[in-house]
Amino acid sequence: MEESLSSLKLLRQSDRGELTMVKQVSSGSPNKASNPSKDLLSKEVEIEALAAETSEGSQEMFERSDTDMVEFRRESGSVLRIAEGAILDSSDIDVEVSEDETMIINMGPQHPSTHGVLRLMMELKGEMVLRTKPVIGYLHTGMEKTAEGLSYIQGSTNVTRMDYLAPLHNELVFSLATESLLGIDMPPRATWIRMLMSELNRLSSHLMWMATNGMDLGSTSMMIYGFREREMVLSFFEKTTGLRMNHNYIRPGGVAADLPDGWYDDVLAICQTIPGRLDEYDEMLTGQPIFRERTEGVGIITQAQAIALSASGPLLRSTGVAWDLRKDIPYLAYDEVDFDVIVGSVGDTFDRFAVRLAELRESVRIIAQIIEKMPEGPYRTLDKKVTPPPRKRIDESMEALIHHFKLFTEGIHVPPGESYVAVESPRGELGCYMVADGSAKPFRMHIRGPSFVNLQSLPTMMAGSLIADAVAIISSIDPVMGEVDR
Amino acid sequence: MGQDPLFLGHISLGVVLIVVVKVLVAFVALLVSVLLMIWFERKIISDMQNRIGPNRAGPYGILQTLADGIKLFFKEDLIPEKSDRFAFKLAPYLTVIPAFLIFTIVPIGGTVHIFGHVAQLQVADPPIGILFLLAMSSVAVYGTMLAGWSSGSKYPLLGSVRASAQMVSYEAAMGLSVAAVVLITGSLGTRDIVNSQMGSFFGIFPKWNIIRLGIVPFVIFVIAITAELNRPPFDLTEAEQELVGGFHTEYSSIRFALFFLAEFMNTISMSAVIVTLFLGGPDGPNLGGPAWIWPILWFLIKTGAFLFFYVWVRAALPRLRYDQLMDLGWKILIPISLAWLLLVGAMQVSKVYGFVLFVVFLIGGSVLYRAVSIGRDNDSDVETITTFTRIKFNDETSIEGSNEGDN
Repeated sequence: MEESLSSLKLLRQSDRGELTMVKQVSSGSPNKASNPSKDLLSKEVEIEALAAETSEGSQEMFERSDTDMVEFRRESGSVLRIAEGAILDSSDIDVEVSEDETMIINMGPQHPSTHGVLRLMMELKGEMVLRTKPVIGYLHTGMEKTAEGLSYIQGSTNVTRMDYLAPLHNELVFSLATESLLGIDMPPRATWIRMLMSELNRLSSHLMWMATNGMDLGSTSMMIYGFREREMVLSFFEKTTGLRMNHNYIRPGGVAADLPDGWYDDVLAICQTIPGRLDEYDEMLTGQPIFRERTEGVGIITQAQAIALSASGPLLRSTGVAWDLRKDIPYLAYDEVDFDVIVGSVGDTFDRFAVRLAELRESVRIIAQIIEKMPEGPYRTLDKKVTPPPRKRIDESMEALIHHFKLFTEGIHVPPGESYVAVESPRGELGCYMVADGSAKPFRMHIRGPSFVNLQSLPTMMAGSLIADAVAIISSIDPVMGEVDR
Repeated sequence: MGQDPLFLGHISLGVVLIVVVKVLVAFVALLVSVLLMIWFERKIISDMQNRIGPNRAGPYGILQTLADGIKLFFKEDLIPEKSDRFAFKLAPYLTVIPAFLIFTIVPIGGTVHIFGHVAQLQVADPPIGILFLLAMSSVAVYGTMLAGWSSGSKYPLLGSVRASAQMVSYEAAMGLSVAAVVLITGSLGTRDIVNSQMGSFFGIFPKWNIIRLGIVPFVIFVIAITAELNRPPFDLTEAEQELVGGFHTEYSSIRFALFFLAEFMNTISMSAVIVTLFLGGPDGPNLGGPAWIWPILWFLIKTGAFLFFYVWVRAALPRLRYDQLMDLGWKILIPISLAWLLLVGAMQVSKVYGFVLFVVFLIGGSVLYRAVSIGRDNDSDVETITTFTRIKFNDETSIEGSNEGDN
């Protein structure tokens, strides 16, 4: 056993060439049946080779003896940037766990409740989690690099696929970043349509969260109810944008199309239905002793820890920090609508649930104001260098034809510069950092994904909880792996 | 063997035939009711969740379970390489057989006359009836435990550890509440238990054990049974969200189906047992027609109500956590059922003793509750700290040094 472990370590460090050699040895072993010990040996080598092949290297969690102290503390939930004295008092330290008593277990990437392909390596003692390490990258598609090959017009089709539960926020932040470089003004209707759509998207995303969170805690009915309400919002999206997800609706220069006929009644119906349903959820979950016991005091993160880990969104607000970009750095026309920023007090899983539930109500409140205040006018900018001319104008005007041709062959030329724009996505601060070099494609586009940043607070929240809590905690962060890996 | 009346020729062929027929009928009826139960559960829960549910196979999707069973039967039967093959194959049978055997002691109806023989509508009425129930539900633990352990995988292992701990601890509460029934009946046989519940108080209230014993043992028994069955909200052993599939993660094909068969068989058997122990079994008014049919109908209605109850609970409640489950079992259910058992015993001896003991329990319990709550309040700030793991760090300076590198 000792030998195999050490060879495993060797294999981890070895390059691919050695690996194929090991494989050849294992497959070349003769007459398997007649020599069981040799067969067993080759099997072992094969398993080791497989382990080496699927290893994620230093991203993985190792036995205690192989882990250095800094890594170890991070995995067991210390927040390194806070003064350590504030987190771990040396007088409290009384447990020393030996390696025989613990077990390292993989949760994911194919686990039913890791919300996609998140992989958590956890060190367990019985059912208690001692150390946690998230391993990411299983959904990496290189979207940031892809963005450099796409023009600004094409760009929003790319970003919309990152956070697939809040596609409109992704499009919004991309468009806002592009527009800030272009220096164009939005017509008010475009701004208000964007606000309406992103607020509806927050609704659908939070409803989806309610559903999956209920599912993770074993409340299967909640899952169905959440999906049912989300369906209402999605069918409005389908009517407006043509698609249920990946809309490509909010684009640099405005939105793709005006709101459809009867939009007012549709949105009003949503506004009237959802609050009643939220009261039902309240009754079903908040008033449910089992649910409260499962969530209260689970996965506590303090204010200082959350700030040090640069958490944002409901995760940060649950600790009592009233940080909401809609209020603090208003974008679109959020300073013209009236709403409250919801904060929690303890920073546990229940607070994160409660914050999201109350945010749903606030979103409904905002939407109700938006549909009353929705201005008339064009739904995209009238700047000829950004917005293609309408079809009729092309037949009449040579200039319009040229603009149309240039826009769809070259795209929008964005003046050189860089900008960072952030919006409040359902998961937190969604930022877009854009560098333009004067061509029609971004020189560099970086997305600050809130799921990605929030995920690093997992070890802190997880330390000392049980496996069942782990599920609730992962769910309470609401990670979307498409955005984490991008 | 030599002493067995069957081989000495003292028993006529008719009696043997009746026994064989009873076993066959019970087995087939149980299998069919499992098929119906799964369909029933899926239909009811989909109604509760605004879904349609199975509606393809047969009228109202009633053959869906059959279709699923046939599909599973033809799936590849995988046995993991690291598993203990013998135990792995044995485990599903260890869960199915007790599930069926529990049903054999349940009286379904009264007595009928066939071919000149008087037959009870019950497969067997052993004098140790209730002990047999407890024994069989204990054997079922082995199935779950061996399944998880022999899979050679970590998640099933965790599931089976949970399962064995859960089943063993709830067995205690269950046993104590059953003991109250035995105490008041004075017999372990299920037929005697049912017979003692016939009749009524003042002609209105049925003389069922749920009323005779006060409602407490009944509630405890239902909770303990739910935990014993691994039904929601106590389905920790197979919590998909936490342990993938729990103890049956590595199972496939017909072995996998056997676990589900056992679970639903157990649900039906245990519902029948609740009806037998607390709700008078086949007892109920005769509303005309052939006399033998009403006991069976009453029995089915009562059992069906419990099956509906289980589905309802599943739709409404989230899952408990492992430590909360253990707390509920050991700290609440067992003390209460023990106290209630003493109370029932005292009542049997004399009403005066009973009421004195009741007052003593009332005062003692409230004092204890107050003491515990005071202790909790004093302890609360300590508790929040201990929830975090404490790990020894020897090298404080290296942390400081590496901090800068990290930033």
